[in-house]
Amino acid sequence: MQALAERYEAEIINFDRDKEVDRICETMREVMRTKLRRRGVVVAVSGGIDSSVSAALAVKAFGAKKAFFIQLPEVDSAEDTQSRGRQLIEHLGVDHTTHNIAATLDAIGCYRARDEAIVKTFPEYGDGWKNKIVIKGGLDGQVNHFMLVVQDPQGQQHEKRLDLREYLQIVAATNYKQRIRKTIEYYHADRLNYAVVGTPNRLEYDQGFFVKNGDGSADLKPIAHLYKTQVYALARHLGLPESICNATPTTDTYSLPQGQDEFYFALPYQEMDKALWARNIGASASELAAMLGITEEQAKFVLQDIDNKRKTTHYLHAKPYLIEAMPELGL
Amino acid sequence: MSTEATIRNYILENYLFTDDQSALNSTDSFLDKGILDSTGILEVIYFLEDEFGIKVEDTEMVPENLDSVDNIVSFIAKKRQ
Repeated sequence: MQALAERYEAEIINFDRDKEVDRICETMREVMRTKLRRRGVVVAVSGGIDSSVSAALAVKAFGAKKAFFIQLPEVDSAEDTQSRGRQLIEHLGVDHTTHNIAATLDAIGCYRARDEAIVKTFPEYGDGWKNKIVIKGGLDGQVNHFMLVVQDPQGQQHEKRLDLREYLQIVAATNYKQRIRKTIEYYHADRLNYAVVGTPNRLEYDQGFFVKNGDGSADLKPIAHLYKTQVYALARHLGLPESICNATPTTDTYSLPQGQDEFYFALPYQEMDKALWARNIGASASELAAMLGITEEQAKFVLQDIDNKRKTTHYLHAKPYLIEAMPELGL
Repeated sequence: MSTEATIRNYILENYLFTDDQSALNSTDSFLDKGILDSTGILEVIYFLEDEFGIKVEDTEMVPENLDSVDNIVSFIAKKRQ
């Protein structure tokens, strides 16, 4: 049992940071040179750890003059994430723009569609209320299902299970945010003849925690192979501002603060990294249980949940299916 | 229509796009066979609540109740007792 924790420590925690940074930067340059053939990169900077590290790696690979950063806040974006984004941009000294997407989201009906579904669950919901979605079930062997948490203007929180139709409508509406952001990223990429950098870490990429044609869309994903723990390690190694290195991962998508583990993952990221790694090396539930200090049954459910999410989100990774192969296009 | 036929036809029509009854065995695991994913199971719950007028509690949202035609038939029978 101890061996597993030691192996994780050796392979994942104590990885050679210099070597990894060199490998990523060299691969990014190689891809740009031989596949993408663009002059530089666009990175949407959210203030979170993943986009910050991806942005820093892009600057290291191509230089500050070949990068363009964008901040894309809307009404539910937290002020502290925007402020961290500004610190990063200043720290890396890259040309940038800020495009507040609230008016676009309003015009397309994002907030209206979301609130319509919330009101079906909480009829009293209205101005001054806040909301978020919380996942339940995965750690208890239940089918994952979703709770809507709202906070009234007096600060009192209320929680109800979401009916499927309302859940799907809230998610579909909020997905506008990631898709509008991507539209703007590609506007700038097209304008500059740049490529777009996608910023998922391994947990997000593996478990399908992204919006298809939204944050899932990019030309290059430099940290998709890195566990979140490793992304934090690289942030420190690259000397990013302290506020970014210490930031707690949030979705920054709902008006109430929402941890990624509340919305999507069965466990906080440190444990999810270990669980995903254990799954990838074929470790047993009992080994994982000992490593995480949870029961063997819970470990079994966590491993099952990883497999279920892979199955459920596989289509998000997939290219459109064709009726017949087109080898002349390499498809 | 029997409970079993109602559930079977719902799965055949909505997830297998066929009326060929032999495409689905009553004991087939929806998850293991890749017939449904977790969103699909939530859709089935929504269908059961609507069709049979039951309320599926959080603690009842487990594969033993929902992961095959047979499992659902037993679950509905238990809920109706």
